[in-house]
Amino acid sequence: MELFELTLKRAKESIASNPSKGAELREVLTKRVKALDSRIKAYVNFNPSPNQSVTPKGPLSGIPISLKDNIVTNGWETTCSSKILKGFVPPYDATIVRKLKEAGAYVFGKCNMDEFAFGSSCETSCYGPTHNPWNLDYVPGGSSGGSAAAVAGDLAIAALGSDTGGSIRQPASFCGVVGLKPTYGRVSRYGLIAFGSSLDQIGPITKTVEDSAILLNVLAGHDECDSTSADIPVPDYTSFLGKDVKGLNIGLPKEYFVKGLDPEVEKAVRQAVKVFQDLGASVVEVSLPHMKYAVAVYYIVAVAEASSNLGRFDGVEYGFRAEAQNLKEMYFETRSQGFGAEAKRRILLGTFVLSAGYYDAYYLKGLKVRTLIKQDFDQAFQKVDVILGPTAPTPPFKIGEKMNDPLSMYLSDIYTISANLAGVPAMSIPCGFSSKNLPIGLQLTAKPFEEGTLFRAASAYEATTKWYEKKPKL
Amino acid sequence: MSEKINIDPIAELARLNLKPAEREKLAKDLQSILAYVDQLKELNTDSVPPTSHVLPIENVFRKDKAKKTSIREAMLDHAPKRESNFFKVPKIIEGA
Repeated sequence: MELFELTLKRAKESIASNPSKGAELREVLTKRVKALDSRIKAYVNFNPSPNQSVTPKGPLSGIPISLKDNIVTNGWETTCSSKILKGFVPPYDATIVRKLKEAGAYVFGKCNMDEFAFGSSCETSCYGPTHNPWNLDYVPGGSSGGSAAAVAGDLAIAALGSDTGGSIRQPASFCGVVGLKPTYGRVSRYGLIAFGSSLDQIGPITKTVEDSAILLNVLAGHDECDSTSADIPVPDYTSFLGKDVKGLNIGLPKEYFVKGLDPEVEKAVRQAVKVFQDLGASVVEVSLPHMKYAVAVYYIVAVAEASSNLGRFDGVEYGFRAEAQNLKEMYFETRSQGFGAEAKRRILLGTFVLSAGYYDAYYLKGLKVRTLIKQDFDQAFQKVDVILGPTAPTPPFKIGEKMNDPLSMYLSDIYTISANLAGVPAMSIPCGFSSKNLPIGLQLTAKPFEEGTLFRAASAYEATTKWYEKKPKL
Repeated sequence: MSEKINIDPIAELARLNLKPAEREKLAKDLQSILAYVDQLKELNTDSVPPTSHVLPIENVFRKDKAKKTSIREAMLDHAPKRESNFFKVPKIIEGA
């Protein structure tokens, strides 16, 4: 086995038995990125600095970890793949970057993403699209498409993404890797450049379920710099691995298996259900009656929060500034030249739904239906431990296919958005391949702060099916 | 039916100058997204409380302690323009 193929777990073991393996691993990985990333374009800022001072003994000692480019890194340009943040070199580390470094990890590179995480295909990046390692004509999903493509193509050992409406899980599904959106509040967002503050969560994108648990152990926990981070004890997530699923109650929402779901995806997911049943889990039908409204609610709530969060980009303190004769024109021109088309679309939509005269009809209405969606989950979780369904309605689509139709792009997040609206943890794991040899993902959702249940179910499924053993040919 | 959007005052509020072609395309996109969002009107939500935040979060208090920091130079250094210890911007008051 080549070093770059190692899982995080295997890399950890290898370095533990021989500390010089860490430097060797980073060197091998660097060579691979240099050789292949001109075709995949997973990285926007790839500069493995050999001088990073890392904790010699930690749970991630010597292991390179890649980050989505909306996570701030001290001394490294952080742009959110937007022209408006070009040249922004943060003078501090995000809390999770500090935690990674304290655990001994190296920040290996910054990964491409949809501009400000606005997108489901990685095509709205100011650097251009990332390509899916399974077929370079296809999108890797988004918005954490660079992170997912890097992990899938063995250009990273593991990576972090952020998820506001599916931005970790949908690209994990499209690239055939494991993506976890933790419970809202489980991981500190201090130093994550904000998109939708009531929805955003940071989480791991990894080769295996076990790697995801190892990383969440490092990331999770309260942070006094983020008042929305929950002060709830963090269990050892690896303790949930390797357990059986006998007696686990799995719910299948009847609203998931409807028109719009690709037959190949449905088949793969139904086969996964069979695997769980064979392993001793019991499967029942549940109902999430307001699920069909999730995308509509999201495109009110998320854009409202985004328009407010993006108010700070005005060319005064950091990033790009357009030259102008007076201050007002500087604001207008900086924002008009600095933001791409999708960012403008969402800023305008968010400004509209929050504006006087429309607030009650749109924003308040959206928040009320959000309550109904959350109640659907509360009720379903009285009956079951885990909800199972597809991560995305289709396998990956082609680059360019949906760029002119924003609504059809938004609908590719139809299965993932409701977990953010309800704040519950959800994970995408590989569950097969389409006839075109493109990955298909399965989504597991659990009660708030029960990531452990996700790890238990996902690791049992993964141990039986071993989809992670199949690799793209690059 | 969804509201007919007048995009110009919204762009003004959002501090965006839209080029003519861009303006037309964005107005059309917004209209079709709002038409989709209109399906929420099917639901009677008169007695439903809004959820702006999913966690039962209360005010978080802690001691206000001063800490030493050396971040000022770093912050000013990556400003597009600075003068001494200030961010420099174009003129604000016309004719001054």
